[in-house]
Amino acid sequence: MKKVLHGLAALSFLFAGSTAFAQEATHAANHEAEPTHFPIKAPREQSWSFAGPFGTYDKAQLQRGLKVYKEVCSACHSMHLVPFRMLEELGYNEAQVKAFAAEYTVQDGPNDDGEMFDRPGKPSDYFPSPFPNDQAAAAANGGAAPPDMSLLAKARGVTRGFPQFVVDIFTQYAEGGPDYIYSLLTGYDQTPPEGMEIAEGTHYNPYFINGKSLAMAPPLSDGQVTYDDGSPQTVDQYAHDIAAFLMWAAEPHMEERKQTGFSVMTFLLLFGVLVYLTKRKVWSNVEH
Amino acid sequence: MSGGHSTYTPKTGIERWIDARMPLPRLVYDSFVAFPVPRNLNYAYTFGGILAIMLVVQIITGVVLVMHYASDTSLAFVSVEKIMRDVNWGWLLRYMHANGASFFFIAVYLHIFRGLYYGSYKAPRELLWILGCIIYLLMMATGFMGYVLPWGQMSGWGATVITGFFTAIPLVGTWLQQLLLGGFSVDNPTLTHFFSLHYLLPFVIAGVVVLHVWALHVVGQTNPTGIEIKSKTDTLPFTPYATVKDAFGMIVFLAVFAYFIFYIPNYLGHPDNYTQFNSLKTPAHIVPEWYFLPFYAILRAITFNIGPIDSKLGGVLAMFGAIAVLFFVPWLDTSKVRSAVYRPWYKLFFWIFGINAVFLGWLGSKPAEGWYIPAMQASTLYYFAFFLVIMPLLGLFETPKQLPNSITEAVLAKNKGAHAHPAGATAAPETKG
Ligand code: HEC
Ligand code: HEM
Repeated sequence: MKKVLHGLAALSFLFAGSTAFAQEATHAANHEAEPTHFPIKAPREQSWSFAGPFGTYDKAQLQRGLKVYKEVCSACHSMHLVPFRMLEELGYNEAQVKAFAAEYTVQDGPNDDGEMFDRPGKPSDYFPSPFPNDQAAAAANGGAAPPDMSLLAKARGVTRGFPQFVVDIFTQYAEGGPDYIYSLLTGYDQTPPEGMEIAEGTHYNPYFINGKSLAMAPPLSDGQVTYDDGSPQTVDQYAHDIAAFLMWAAEPHMEERKQTGFSVMTFLLLFGVLVYLTKRKVWSNVEH
Repeated sequence: MSGGHSTYTPKTGIERWIDARMPLPRLVYDSFVAFPVPRNLNYAYTFGGILAIMLVVQIITGVVLVMHYASDTSLAFVSVEKIMRDVNWGWLLRYMHANGASFFFIAVYLHIFRGLYYGSYKAPRELLWILGCIIYLLMMATGFMGYVLPWGQMSGWGATVITGFFTAIPLVGTWLQQLLLGGFSVDNPTLTHFFSLHYLLPFVIAGVVVLHVWALHVVGQTNPTGIEIKSKTDTLPFTPYATVKDAFGMIVFLAVFAYFIFYIPNYLGHPDNYTQFNSLKTPAHIVPEWYFLPFYAILRAITFNIGPIDSKLGGVLAMFGAIAVLFFVPWLDTSKVRSAVYRPWYKLFFWIFGINAVFLGWLGSKPAEGWYIPAMQASTLYYFAFFLVIMPLLGLFETPKQLPNSITEAVLAKNKGAHAHPAGATAAPETKG
């Protein structure tokens, strides 16, 4: 225990010195081929229906995203904070949600005999996880557990740097997560620069935030998921749809938030003007 | 108020009855209605009121959050997400509280800079200033512990790094760290300790705020000229003058606050905090909340040993020293003149200090590598030099500008030509215009 502690302490305090040292060492060894800062490429900004002060989710897009999640990503990625009942917000009615939930099998119990039993899912259930625990998930995926998807769209954000981060306040840029997910999913087609070493069992992706390659193989291919609304069945479209869906999963109250924001801002503006005029009136008879 | 007599006259029978037994209405009247304020206060003086509002916002949203929050490592992260998803208006409460902490700090920094610019810390306001520094310290402790509660990656790793500072203290350091953590590393006892203290400290802050306001009402407010109140024409009654001006300042501040809550609620947070804490997985860069970043840069600027003090202890001392030095400002500034308005050189160094502080904050978000290290060192040097060298020496060498004789004279000189009459608070309505 003591050793672990000392290790931790050393790690946290000496990282100032050590990163600088490691930095120089790697710089000296090789230049372009082995990057030291990730992601290698900044995410590509997309236009999203939910961006901006009046942004709303595109329900058809979310439904397509749900289909991609269900048919592809859910094989590896859990989404344990999202209950089926929430799917009504995507435009499904109660019966549809019930039917959707019933396609899943969930463990319940114990019953009166003290036994656990399987039953069809109910709207109040949460999306079941594909693996019993993180260790099993990692073991099945070459050592890297696929992260839970409930918050993924808010849990990734590539630093924007100065002066962009100041500009972002005024443009209300808050779509770093979906931009990242889209870029990652469509970023597998690039070949690593000559001389770069890619670890066995990992896949080069210049958009990955934590390194040059990741354990997830390209999960999408053209035509993989059948859309019944006539949308193109391409990786690019799939990537947009799943990214939008994940933003909704992470921030289901976004529309309500922005709408409330409009009322609050309008109120504060009007109230502000009134108070300002009152202030002018009150102070108009004194020099200040 | 500066030695004034109470002008409160109870009007109704009930008011007289209460006034004879516990004169609370009198206290409120004397403090927030009749209290004389300098007539030339500008908007930099509205941040005190804004801070009071932010404390109330934090306490109210916090108390409601606690109704749904679970301080157990296996539940904390999910309980916050349940607040965000299932609790009615939970997303609003949580975003108000998280962004509220940031805006609390924005207000306190502007409030402190106001004090540094107008020399508010000088006699007889030393205690007032020190009480303010104590509030700031308590706010930092509260903010740090609150950030641990959602139990995300930055919560846990931030706590690991920051409590780790304590181990640098000789002899008692490790003991102190373990006392804080409730064990050897960040775990369930840490969360329960921090939760308890995070609930307690805001009320301690409220108590110190009462002392702060009490001290203020004994010595009165400063003003942009830095000249003390000399006659009745220098002042206006708090209500309606300061009340309405403060109200306007607050609404503007709240509008910016609302903009962040409703449109970019995660802008000031860290994405990694949306991943549950995992003590086996270190994030690529551990960064504290933005309001600690200048101090984080100072901590990491010390990369060298100074005699028997190794760089680790040196960094921790520099960081705590950067806060401690604030307490001594009333005695470090040797100038006879209070306000920077009449101190051309101080004004220059003050603005450099402001820019330097922002730059330090930016450096704090950067890894300690490459050119960032010498930049952190240079910036840290200026930070300390401002307080320890510039402040004491400027007072001795600087020639201040000619001071006006009184607040009234300064106001009249400024407005010369526009209106020529020194109308007081009691000016008849027909003179306005
Ligand atoms: C065969 C299993 C598998 C499938 C199917 C799969 N993933 Fe993954 N995914 C992984 C693994 C494993 C990781 C962890 C990679 C790592 O950390 O190296 C991962 C990581 C990710 C990440 C996080 C990368 C980061 O920044 O840490 C995203 C985003 C992601 N997957 C999206 C998707 C989407 C969207 C789908 C469905 C279209 C999908 N995945 C389908 C296995 C899978
Ligand atoms: C001085 C005033 C306060 C400050 C500066 C402050 C600061 C913070 C911060 C920075 C967080 C983390 C927010 C996040 O990232 O999610 C937090 C969380 C929390 N605070 Fe406070 N707080 C204050 C007062 C209070 C009070 C008075 C209470 C309770 C009575 C409280 C209860 C909570 C709870 C339950 C959480 C966890 C939920 C969450 O993370 O949103 N806070 N606080």
